[in-house]
Amino acid sequence: MSTQSTRLAARLMVAPSVILLFIWMIVPLAMTLYFSFRLYRLLSPDRTGWVGFNNFVWFLKSPDFWLAIWNTLALVGGVLIITVVLGTLVALLIDQPVKGQGVLRILVIAPFFVMPPVAASIWENLFMHPQNGLFAAVARGLGAQPILFLEQYPMPSVIGIVAWEWLPFATLILLTALQSLSSEQLEAAEMDGASAFSRFRYIILPHLTRAITAVILIQTIFLLGIFGEIYTTTQGGPGSASTTLPYMIFKQAIVAKDIGRAAAGGIIAVILANIVAVFLMRGLGKNLDA
Amino acid sequence: MTLTTRALLGATAAVCLSSWAMADTITVATVNNGDMVRMQGLMDDFKAKHPDIDVQWVTLEENVLRQNVTTDIATGGGQYDVLTIGTYEVPIWGKQGWLVSLNDLPESYDVNDLLPAIRGGLTVDGNLFAAPFYGESSMVMYRKDLMEAAGLTMPEAPTWADIEKAAAAMTDKSKEQYGICLRGKAGWGENMAFLTAMSNSYGARWFDENWKPQFDQPEWKATLDAYLNLMNNYGPPGASNNGFNENLTLFQQGKCGMWIDATVAASFVTGKDSTVADKVGFALAPDNGLGKRGNWLWAWSLAIPTSSKHQEAAKTFIDWATNKDYLALVASKEGWANVPPGTRTSLYENPEYAKVPFAKMTLDSINAADPTHPTVKPVPYVGVQFVAIPEFQGLGTTVGELFSAALAGQKSADDALAEAQAAVTDEMTSAGYIK
Amino acid sequence: MARTLSPRRRLLTTIAAWSVALLIFFPVLWMLITSFKTEASAVASPPELFSASWTLENYAEVWARSDYPRFFWNSVVISIGSTLLGLAVAIPAAWSMAFVPTKRTKDLLMWMLSTKMMPAVAVMIPLYLVFQRIGLFDTKTGLVLALMLMNLPIIVWMLYTYFREIPGEILEAARMDGASLWNEIVYVLTPMAIPGIASTLLLNVILAWNEAFWTITLTTTKAAPLSAFIASFSAPQGLFYAKLSAASTMAIAPILILGWFSQKQLVRGLTFGAVK
Repeated sequence: MSTQSTRLAARLMVAPSVILLFIWMIVPLAMTLYFSFRLYRLLSPDRTGWVGFNNFVWFLKSPDFWLAIWNTLALVGGVLIITVVLGTLVALLIDQPVKGQGVLRILVIAPFFVMPPVAASIWENLFMHPQNGLFAAVARGLGAQPILFLEQYPMPSVIGIVAWEWLPFATLILLTALQSLSSEQLEAAEMDGASAFSRFRYIILPHLTRAITAVILIQTIFLLGIFGEIYTTTQGGPGSASTTLPYMIFKQAIVAKDIGRAAAGGIIAVILANIVAVFLMRGLGKNLDA
Repeated sequence: MTLTTRALLGATAAVCLSSWAMADTITVATVNNGDMVRMQGLMDDFKAKHPDIDVQWVTLEENVLRQNVTTDIATGGGQYDVLTIGTYEVPIWGKQGWLVSLNDLPESYDVNDLLPAIRGGLTVDGNLFAAPFYGESSMVMYRKDLMEAAGLTMPEAPTWADIEKAAAAMTDKSKEQYGICLRGKAGWGENMAFLTAMSNSYGARWFDENWKPQFDQPEWKATLDAYLNLMNNYGPPGASNNGFNENLTLFQQGKCGMWIDATVAASFVTGKDSTVADKVGFALAPDNGLGKRGNWLWAWSLAIPTSSKHQEAAKTFIDWATNKDYLALVASKEGWANVPPGTRTSLYENPEYAKVPFAKMTLDSINAADPTHPTVKPVPYVGVQFVAIPEFQGLGTTVGELFSAALAGQKSADDALAEAQAAVTDEMTSAGYIK
Repeated sequence: MARTLSPRRRLLTTIAAWSVALLIFFPVLWMLITSFKTEASAVASPPELFSASWTLENYAEVWARSDYPRFFWNSVVISIGSTLLGLAVAIPAAWSMAFVPTKRTKDLLMWMLSTKMMPAVAVMIPLYLVFQRIGLFDTKTGLVLALMLMNLPIIVWMLYTYFREIPGEILEAARMDGASLWNEIVYVLTPMAIPGIASTLLLNVILAWNEAFWTITLTTTKAAPLSAFIASFSAPQGLFYAKLSAASTMAIAPILILGWFSQKQLVRGLTFGAVK
């Protein structure tokens, strides 16, 4: 259907995006790659030079490295599971014809509008704080010892906070998908005596597949880079219990001011991200085509 | 050329210069601490005296500020004209040639009035590289009422044994009342500031004269054991996430019997937000009979980066913000208790200021700290609660995380010390200190 | 899938839906309540749901201590500017990928998304240096560009998935009628794509508004948005729960209000190809 000229026009129209993104990607990437083989410490400008793979070796040999990889995957996986499962349930619930549906939806999507550092400090100080947090007050009210969220369960706490931030996003997309589901089909199934579960399993869930795919893909991209919430709440601790790969890089870049090592960590993170991306594409790619 | 024409020319030049200066806008980067916020409220006075200088503020939380300012200065960014930096940064940055010498501040600045310990920490090779805005040491703040109820009195110069006894007596966990609150949050400027200062009184040191790390020595073991003992038995739960501010909040709420921390906290625990304002007593930081106390020395100071394009205006501002008139200005507007402390001898000679309850203890604490001989044994470095080398921020944070993990019960003290020794040895070897 | 429910089920569903919604919203509500308390009442034990002494002093103090309007304005310019610029670049690209797909369109799209996978901290110093050298540091232009590029892959993808739902036959019919490419885009495609464009716009304004790493790293005074405003209020000295809550409320209120008013539009276009 497309003629030669349309195809040319199409190319030209894609070009600006591609060129801009290519520059945006290649310049920092090239510089990072360069720095990753250099000794470059901000506070010791007199000591510079090529160091081969030393920066990479340092990262890979660091006692925290594998824990950080595990934590990164746990964060991404944990948040994805929570947001997709809860998001589906919440979407089903607020899709029902109930009183005040509009207000209801507004309440549900509110967390998405909260800046991550604000969200993290609200949760840390107003809720999880072992003395002044609301959770501690509730625990005391029940006669129990307050739970030390950030000390004893740092990763689950961080996952919880991030999941709260992203739940509205998942809910919104799933809700949009639900709304396009024809009610006749469901009613027909109900007439045929299909249980609520089987209606969900055989009609609703297949319909949501693509939306779930989109949620997973977009959230993974954002979640792989998360460190702000960790910085605000646990600083990767106690010890290194809640250190993720981006946070480890952050510590090298910001605390130790070792740009070489941070760059090496960045390259490792890109490799990790690509591995994750390949798995994602394998698992989800076909859903996107449908 | 006669003298008059020369004078005339000079005057014209001065006029030209000052009219050039009309457009001067300086950018001041500062931390969001109370004294700095107060200064921003007093800018009308500066504007009245120097209408030709506009001041733009960048006020940030300490860690974010340090990150932005360090990146700027190390890459020659030149975004800031005045930096708020601490005793740790000044000697390192001064040596790198990143800071403008302040030796030519006007006579009225009276540099000899600065407290010697503070001035010494900001001077490199005879050049004053930063003007102290406020200075602090650390001391014991305690609840007089609780001590009395327990039938104890706090000596003016307590030992660690005194502290433990008092902590035990004041702890009543059923009432959420904890004998002692100490920093537990990981970071070179958080728990490691406290622990390094504490370790000095136990005779521990970071490095021996050959830069060999000393975490495998019994002094560090004794320090960490004593700290964990205090915190596990008498400290608040979840302390591994408590830094200066968390502890301040707890103390203000009356949940801490004692708190060993920065002397500047004194004006907050006796201030309007505090529920225990009239019940606070002060004592010197504890010792162990080894001749060193566990107190630190720090000064938030104003410095000018060499990359600044408005150095003269910046100097004018620094002179205004740190000279004696500024102290008088704060005193007249906000009372003597709110004057930025710990920088000038004349402040402590002022009879009005002597009435402030924590004045004497602050001065004694500052004078008790010696950055060049921080601990019992000789060390190759300068700094009481830090080691003034560029690598220390990374090292201190790594060790701080290990000790914080020990406090959270995730590691034994022995493991934390062994891992600290290994990590610091590694770093110091790769940085070329250990040959 | 609007359906009718029996009155009893309807009541139960209503209660369940409202409970869940309030639970999700509660942290924001609690922050709002705390912002009107005095510092002492904010940390009172047991917590006071409704403080005895409502106060506006936290807002007054936050307002007095910093130049909120400037931060606010910077946030507005940066988030809207980057989104509009992003749309201008992305609409043609998404159009072309959706209607004149090639074998590599999918790969191209995935490559675009993959550019977002480099952790920001790792490229902080490189980008910082680049921005310094080319004079974009601490400028709104610089941040508009940076955030535009950061969100461009998402914008392209959202639009692409939305455009693909527009049946090609309509375009072909228009073409038969002799419509030029330009007319095709303006008169046929755009009206049909408005919901998709609107929700893309909203989503990206939100993402840009909430960005809190580059906006702090690449600014000092002139271009600093509300994320920097928050960074000047976190962890100060002394009791701060109420003041932090007030500052936080001020930082998120504008986007929250925008989001609430445009909730319907936001939902309509967020299809990601899920609508058949």
